[in-house]
Amino acid sequence: MAQIASLLAIDGALIVVAGWLAIGVAGLAALHNVRLVGRLLFPLSALLSVALAGIALLALPGTPQTAVLAIGLPDLPFHLRLDALSAFFLALLGLASAGISVFAGGYFRQGEGTPPGLLCMHYHLFLASMALVLLADDAYAYMVTWEMMALASFFLVTTNHRIAEIRKAGYLYLLVAHVGAIAILLCFGVLQANTGDYTFANMRAQHLSPFWASCAFGLSLFGFGAKAGILPLHIWLPEAHPAAPSPVSALMSGVMLKTAVYGLIRVNFDLIATPLWWWGTIALGLGLATAIFGVVFAAAQVDMKRLLAYSSIENIGLIVVGLGLAIVFNAYRMDALAALALAASLYHCLNHALFKSLLFLGTGSVLHATHERSLGKLGGLMRFMPFVAWTTLVGVIASAGLPPSNGFVSEWLLLQSFLFTGELPNPYLRMLVPVFAAGVVLVAALAGYVMVKFFGVIFLGRPREEKLAQARDADGLERLGLAWLTAGCLLLGLFPVAVLEVIDPITVAMVGKGLAQSGHAGDWLMLAPVSAERASYSPLLFFLLTLSIVLVAFALVRRFYHGRVRRAAPWDCGFPMQTARMQDTAEGFGQPIRQIFEPFFRMRRELPSPFDSAPRYKVTVEDPMWAWVYLRIAAVTEAASRLVGLLQRGRISIYLLYSFVTLVALLSLTQL
Amino acid sequence: MNVEGLLAQITALLVALAGAPLVMGWVNMCRAWLQNRAAPPLLQPFRLLHKLFWKESVIAHDASPLFRVAPYVVFGCMLLACMIIPTLSTNLPLAPAADAIALVGLFGLARLFISLAAMDIGTSFGTMGARREMLIGFLAEPAFLMVLFTASLISSSTSLATTVATLAHREFAIQPSLAFAGIAFTMVSLAENARVPVDNPATHLELTMIHEALILEYSGRHLALLEWAAALKLFAYSCAGLAIFFPWGIAEARDHVALLWALPALAVKLAVGGMALALIETILAKMRIFRVPEFLATAFLLGVLALLVHLLLGA
Amino acid sequence: MSPLVGQVINLFAAVLLLIAFAMLAQRRIVTLIHLFALQGLALVGSTTTVAFATGQHHLYWSAGITFTLKVVILPLILHRLIRRLNVKWDIETLINIPTMMLVGILLVVFAFNLALPISQFSQSIARGTLGIALACVLMSFLMMITRSKAVPQVIGFLAMENGLFFAATSATYGMPMVVELGIALDVLVGMVILGVFMFQIREQFDSLDIHHLEKLKED
Repeated sequence: MAQIASLLAIDGALIVVAGWLAIGVAGLAALHNVRLVGRLLFPLSALLSVALAGIALLALPGTPQTAVLAIGLPDLPFHLRLDALSAFFLALLGLASAGISVFAGGYFRQGEGTPPGLLCMHYHLFLASMALVLLADDAYAYMVTWEMMALASFFLVTTNHRIAEIRKAGYLYLLVAHVGAIAILLCFGVLQANTGDYTFANMRAQHLSPFWASCAFGLSLFGFGAKAGILPLHIWLPEAHPAAPSPVSALMSGVMLKTAVYGLIRVNFDLIATPLWWWGTIALGLGLATAIFGVVFAAAQVDMKRLLAYSSIENIGLIVVGLGLAIVFNAYRMDALAALALAASLYHCLNHALFKSLLFLGTGSVLHATHERSLGKLGGLMRFMPFVAWTTLVGVIASAGLPPSNGFVSEWLLLQSFLFTGELPNPYLRMLVPVFAAGVVLVAALAGYVMVKFFGVIFLGRPREEKLAQARDADGLERLGLAWLTAGCLLLGLFPVAVLEVIDPITVAMVGKGLAQSGHAGDWLMLAPVSAERASYSPLLFFLLTLSIVLVAFALVRRFYHGRVRRAAPWDCGFPMQTARMQDTAEGFGQPIRQIFEPFFRMRRELPSPFDSAPRYKVTVEDPMWAWVYLRIAAVTEAASRLVGLLQRGRISIYLLYSFVTLVALLSLTQL
Repeated sequence: MNVEGLLAQITALLVALAGAPLVMGWVNMCRAWLQNRAAPPLLQPFRLLHKLFWKESVIAHDASPLFRVAPYVVFGCMLLACMIIPTLSTNLPLAPAADAIALVGLFGLARLFISLAAMDIGTSFGTMGARREMLIGFLAEPAFLMVLFTASLISSSTSLATTVATLAHREFAIQPSLAFAGIAFTMVSLAENARVPVDNPATHLELTMIHEALILEYSGRHLALLEWAAALKLFAYSCAGLAIFFPWGIAEARDHVALLWALPALAVKLAVGGMALALIETILAKMRIFRVPEFLATAFLLGVLALLVHLLLGA
Repeated sequence: MSPLVGQVINLFAAVLLLIAFAMLAQRRIVTLIHLFALQGLALVGSTTTVAFATGQHHLYWSAGITFTLKVVILPLILHRLIRRLNVKWDIETLINIPTMMLVGILLVVFAFNLALPISQFSQSIARGTLGIALACVLMSFLMMITRSKAVPQVIGFLAMENGLFFAATSATYGMPMVVELGIALDVLVGMVILGVFMFQIREQFDSLDIHHLEKLKED
C-alpha cells in the first residue's frame, strides 16, 4: 500500500498534465464559445493547478521518484523524475497558475485575434509542457518539452496577431528562444561526456575535466540565460511580455522564467559534480549587471507592461546573484552558507512568481477597463477600481522589497548571505563581494522608486483622461484570481520559517546542508538563519506590532480628541487652477533617474524651440544593447552572407565546376 | 520575556514619545540662539501637537482611503523603529522582531506610504514631493545600509542589540572604518530627516520643499501624527547613531545600576547632538536639488570605503 | 610597540585613501591643490609617527623635507601658476565620475591583494598599509589619464610621487637619504619644466585643453 502511495506522486503529476491537455482539446471543440471556455474550462484547470501544487508539496520531502513514458521514438522513451527540486518548481507552477487561470477565465473576451477555444488549447499546452520540463530526466525529453513550451508560448504571445508590432515581438521571442535552445542542447552534449547515454542519471555519474565542465557551465548560462532574460539576451523580454495578453504575461514572467532558473540549478548544482569558484563570480557579476540594467530601465518606461517586464529582468538578475553566491560557497565547500544563498534564491523565485503575476494581472484589469497601456493616459483609478488597486498595492509593496511582505524576506536572506563572505579563503573575493552587496542594495532601493511610480501614476491622483471615469472594477473570476495571489504573497511574507522548512530538502540534496535541518532556521515566530544573536527577523511580530500601534493610535486620538473630517477642494498652495495635466507624467517621474544614469540609455529628444506655434517635447529611451550587440551581429552576419553570396554566379558551367572540384578533392583525400 | 524586559520596552516607548518633540524643541532653540533671535520655549512642539489634534481635519474631495490611513501607518512605523533601537538598554524583548536590515526596510515602508499619499491628491506639488522624496530615499537607503553593514561586520551581527553590546565592550581603538562610517551616517541622517543642506524644514517656498511638499495637503490630527512621526524619525536616527558610534551609557541586560544612569546619559548625548545639528544647519546653506544626488553618492561611496577599509586593514 | 601607534598609522593610511578618492572626484582645481597639501600633511604625520615609534632619526629629516616641499612650496607654485594661467575649473573629465569611483574601488581591491604577499615579508610596523599606498599610486595615475586639462594631470603626477613615498615608508622605513634628496630635486625641477611647458602650450593653442595636442600627429 505504501508503495502505491509513494508512486502516486509522480503519477499524480502526470495525471494533472493529462488533465490539462484534455481541457485544451476540449477548448478546441468549443472554439468560439467564450462563456464555456471562460466559466468552465479555465476554473477547472485552476483546480488541477491547486492539485498539482498539493501533490508536489507532499512529494517534496520524500525520496525521488522516477517514471518512464513510452512517448517518442522506439528506443528513446521519456525518462521522468520527481525529486525535491522538481517538486518545488512544480508547486510554484501550481500555485501561480491557479490564480492566473482563474483570472484568465474572467479575462478573455471575443474578437482578440485568436478564437478563445484555440487560446485555451495553447494555454494548456503551455502549462503541460512546463510541467513536463520540470519533470524531465533525460536530455531528449527535456529538449522536446522545452521546444513545446517555446512554441506554445509563441502562439500565446501572438494572440492578437492582427497587430504588426505583436507579430514582430513574437518573432524576436522565438528567435532568441531557439538560440538559447541550441546552447542548451550543446550543454547536454558536453555533459554526457561521449558516453552516448543522455539520461540525467548518467550525466550525474560523469566526472568532467575542468575545461569541459567550464564549457558546460558557460553554455548553460548562455542557453538558460536566454530564456531567463539575463543581459545581453534579455532583448526579447520587454517586447514579448507587453505584447502578450496579461494572463499570458503573468504566466511567462512568473513561471516560464523560473523554468530557466530551474535548468540553471539542475545543471550547475546537480549534474556537474564539482563547480569552480570563478563560475560563481561570473554569475554574480552578470546577475548584478542584469539587475541594475533592469531596474534603471524600468524607471524610464512609460508603458505599464514594459515597466513590469524590465522589473522582471531585475528580479531574475537578483536570483542569479544568489545562485552565483551559492556556487562560490559550494566550490569552497562552505555548505551551510551555500544552503543559505540557494534558499534565498529559491525563496525569491517563489515570491517573484506570486507578486509579479499579481502585478501583471492588475494591469490586465486596468487594460480591460480603460483600453490604455500608456501611463500618460491613466490615473486616479483607485476611486473606480478599488479592489484591483488594493490588491495591486500588496504586489507593489512586495515588489519594492519592503517588510512585512514576502519580497523583503528573500532580499533579507540574500543580504545575510552576503555578510558571511568574510570567511572566504580567496582574498579577492572576500573584498569584492561586499562591493557587490552595495550593488544589490542599490537595486533594491531603486525598485522602490519604480514601484511608487507604477502605482502612483496608475491608481492615484486625478484621471488624466475623461473616459477613465467609466472604468469598471474587476468582476467575480478576476477578483478570485487576484485574491488568491494576494493571499499567497501575504502568507509567504508572514510565515517564512515554514517556507524555509519546505525548501530545506532541496538544499540538502543540492549542497549537502539545510537551514532547518541544522536547526538554524529559527522557530515559527522568528527567522534566524544562524542564531538569534547574529540576525533575526520576525515578520508576524512586526506586522502585529505595527497594526496594534495603528489601531491604538486611532482609538486614543478619537477618545481624547475627535474624529471630525471636512471635505474641501485640494489646498495646492492656493493655486486657482488645478487640472489633471498638472500632475507628474510617467516621464516626469522618471526624469531624475534618466539624468543620473544617462550613460546607460540611448535617448532621443525632440525639444521645442521658442518660436514653435505648437511646441512638442518628446523623449524616447532605447535599449543600448540593440546598437552595441545585436545590430553589430546583424551587420557582421550580413557581410558574411554577402561574401558567401559571391558563390552564386548564375552560370551553369560554374555550378558544374563546383561539383567537379568537390569530386576531385574527395578522390584525392581517399589517397591519403 | 520577563518583567524587566517588559519594563525596559515600555520605558523606551514612553521616552521616545516624549523625547522626540523635546529633541525637536531643543534643536529649534539652539538654532534660534545661533541666529541671534529669541528662542521658542522647549515645550513648543507639544503645544503645536495639542493644537493640531484639536483642529478639524480638512481632506480633499477625491482623497482615497490610502490618504487617511497613511499618517497612522507612518506614525506606527516610526514608533516601532524607536522601540527596537537600543536607546536606554539592550534588553528589549521586541528587538528580535527586526534587525538592522529590517530597520532600513521599516523606514522604506514609511517612505513608500507617505509618497503614495502625496501622489493621491493629484496636485503638482504632491507629485513633485513624492518624486524628490523617492529620489533621496533611493540614494540614502543604500548609504545607510553600507554604514550598518560596516558596523555589523565589526560586530559579526546585524542585530542592533548585539552590535551595541560588542561595540560598547571593545577597548578604545581608533577605527578609521567607523570614522568614515560616521561621516557617511551624518550625511545620510541630514538627508533622510529633511535637514539643511538637503532640505530646509522651515521653508515656505513650495519649489524648495521636499518633506513639506509631502504633507502639504494634511491638516488637523493627520498633520499632528505626521509631525510627531518626523520628530520620532529624527529621534530614531539620532539614537541609532549614538548606539553605533557612542554606545557608552546604554545598559546591558540585568545591569540595574547602569539602567539608572542610562536616561541622563541619553539626555546629555542627545543635547550635544542637537546642538551639533543646529550648528551644521546654521553653517551650511541648502543645496540645489540637482546637487543632492552627488551629496548622497558621496555618502554612499564613503560607506563603501568604510567597508573596504575595514576589510583591508581589519580596523 | 603599543597598538595605538599601529592604529594611528592605519588612520593616516585611511585618510590618504580618502584623499585619493576625493581627488578623483574633484572638479575645482583650487580644491585639488588643497587636497594635495592635505595629502602632504598626512604623509608628514605618518612619517613622524613611524619615526617616533621606531626611533629612526633620519625619518624626522624626511618628514621635514616633505613638509617644506609638499605642504608649502609646491602648493604655492601651483597657486601662482593657476592665477597666471587663469584656469579655475575642469568641467569635463573623459569618463564620468561614478565610473571612475567604481574603477577606483576595483583598483584598491587589486592593489591590496597584490601587496599581500610582499607586506608579509616586510618588518616595518606599518606593513598593512603597503596595499593602500599602491592603490594611491594607481588612482593618481588614473586621475592623470582621465583629465583633460594640464594642471590636474600635473597634480596627479605629484600625488603619484606621494603614494610612492608612503609605500617606501610603510615597507622599509624610508629610502636612503641620497635617493630621497634626489627624488625631491627631480620633482622640483620637473615642476618648473612642466610650468614652462604649460605656458608654451597656452601660447600655441590659446588654451590648456590637451585635446589640442592631438593636432600634432601625422596625418
